[in-house]
Amino acid sequence: MQKVLAAAEAIEAKPRRRYRSLSRQRRWALYGSYAALAVFVVMFLVPPFYMLITSLKSSAEISGQVGNPWIVHHPTLENFVYLINYAPFRRYFLNTVWVTACVVVISMVISILAAFGLSRIRFWGSELLATGVFFTYLVPESLLFIPLFQILSKLGLINNTWALVLVFPTLAVPFCTWIMIGYFSSIPKELDEAALIDGAGWFQILLRIFIPVAMPGIIAATIFAFTISWGDFLYPLAYLYTSDQMVLNVGIIGDLVRGDVYMWGKIMAAALMAAAPPVIVYVFLMDYYVAGLTAGATKG
Amino acid sequence: MADSTSLSLPATQAIPARRSGGGLKGVLRRRAIVGALMTAPLIALLGGLVAYPAVYAIYLSLLSRNMTHFVGFHNFILLLRRDTFHMVVFQSALFAVTAVIFKAVIGFTLAHLMHNVPSRRQRVFRGLLLLPWVIPLALSTLGWWWLFEPTSSALNWLLVRIGLPPQDWLGDPWTARFCMILVNTWWGEPFFMIMYLAALKSVPEQLFEAAAIDGASAWQKLRYVTLPMMRNIISLTMLFSLIVTFANFDIVRILTNGGPVNTTHIFATYAFQVGIQSGDIPLGAAVSLFMLPVLAISSFFVLRGISRRSQEAM
Repeated sequence: MQKVLAAAEAIEAKPRRRYRSLSRQRRWALYGSYAALAVFVVMFLVPPFYMLITSLKSSAEISGQVGNPWIVHHPTLENFVYLINYAPFRRYFLNTVWVTACVVVISMVISILAAFGLSRIRFWGSELLATGVFFTYLVPESLLFIPLFQILSKLGLINNTWALVLVFPTLAVPFCTWIMIGYFSSIPKELDEAALIDGAGWFQILLRIFIPVAMPGIIAATIFAFTISWGDFLYPLAYLYTSDQMVLNVGIIGDLVRGDVYMWGKIMAAALMAAAPPVIVYVFLMDYYVAGLTAGATKG
Repeated sequence: MADSTSLSLPATQAIPARRSGGGLKGVLRRRAIVGALMTAPLIALLGGLVAYPAVYAIYLSLLSRNMTHFVGFHNFILLLRRDTFHMVVFQSALFAVTAVIFKAVIGFTLAHLMHNVPSRRQRVFRGLLLLPWVIPLALSTLGWWWLFEPTSSALNWLLVRIGLPPQDWLGDPWTARFCMILVNTWWGEPFFMIMYLAALKSVPEQLFEAAAIDGASAWQKLRYVTLPMMRNIISLTMLFSLIVTFANFDIVRILTNGGPVNTTHIFATYAFQVGIQSGDIPLGAAVSLFMLPVLAISSFFVLRGISRRSQEAM
């Protein structure tokens, strides 16, 4: 691969010297691309930037707005301090962490087992099931939230974080299974055949060969499960209503809009703090994130 | 190594078990049982909480408001007679189609721009451009909501600065629709960019070189090389995004909650208002079931596209 690349570069380098105009053209195309991308980046980052700016303003500064709203005149951390000391907000945060942790563990166990079963142990109906898994991935939550409301109220789980622990895996598992099937299928059959001959059972093959080898896929799937259960809005809005059971996304709006009073500074600070965990995960694991994004289309 | 000792221990137990299974038949039967056991949690989850609710939704939609007796298709007929519901259908279609087209065009442009840039610089731009997708949609929509806020709107400040009249962004049906499409485009575009960039990278460079030697212009390269090579992934991404956008809830719920006067509701938010907030569960189920034809048709084509791709890959 390296050699091919080097050769390609060498081939490319020669005509570049001979045809000056072409290389100049290319350089202008490059600068143009940089400029256009920079414009797009600025446009795309306007909302998060403005959220940050607002979160650093005091309520007095926001309500008595004079001049440019895009800059902070007297930066303060009072909104963040207020939220950290605000018991309901801490409650929402802990609830979200608890729900997300449960959902990630449950989803990953279910989807790794299922993906292994579907990609390696071919049995009656396994191909149909694999297609069915992808099909359920395409079923949006807004189609199911009303019947699920009925089911959950029969189970007595309305206004209980367990409701989310129960329903969030339905959003995460199909895609996680799909990614994992892709990764597991790319592991050479000889590996598990060798292990089978050595007398290893299926579970040992899974634990000692598949999980270590498919670690990138597992990380991508875990990130997906984490993001989806951290960021979902419809299910908590429909199924939770008291603040002791609430999660972040819904709690922020319900709590910081009091009657007609919108505490914008605090809302923005809360939104930023709630968005921080997924963003931090993304910053450190961007490549896995992208791998997860493209897995649906480029794999399998 | 600790690994090898622990590996060999259960192995000795496994060998006699296999012998007692009785040859190939036994192994195959055990395979099927193990496979079924491993997929059992998945089947239970998706059967119990996706397939069953889907069927249950149909049953619910046929009930009367207090859910005591069957009323047949009364709920569907009731909806079709409502002016508000006509608006919901119109608004959903407008929202989904326009947003998907915008996302596809901008995503395609961005992917091309990224492709021009050397790959180590791509990381920086990719990292920044993906941010809208990473922030949970409900939270970033709060930021947009604040940007659109009429009295102290930061966008209006900019408009006034460049000499345009300030807008009541979410107070007028058409600007509100524009805002929703804008937010959805902003949020969903990174997905398109990443998909198209991956597809662009998989187009063999020789094709472009051959086209360049034949004297093809940039437009001709795009028209006769890039687009045909990416056709499959373009249609897949658009169909997939159509499903997600059509069923979107967060943006409309937070920005307008259907207002002003129910002109901007889409299926999901209207179903929520009817089913959960007003407590008419059968009618709400009927509203969301109206999404089914579009979702089913798109899903069919997505699945077909995906299975074609995997066959090509094999």
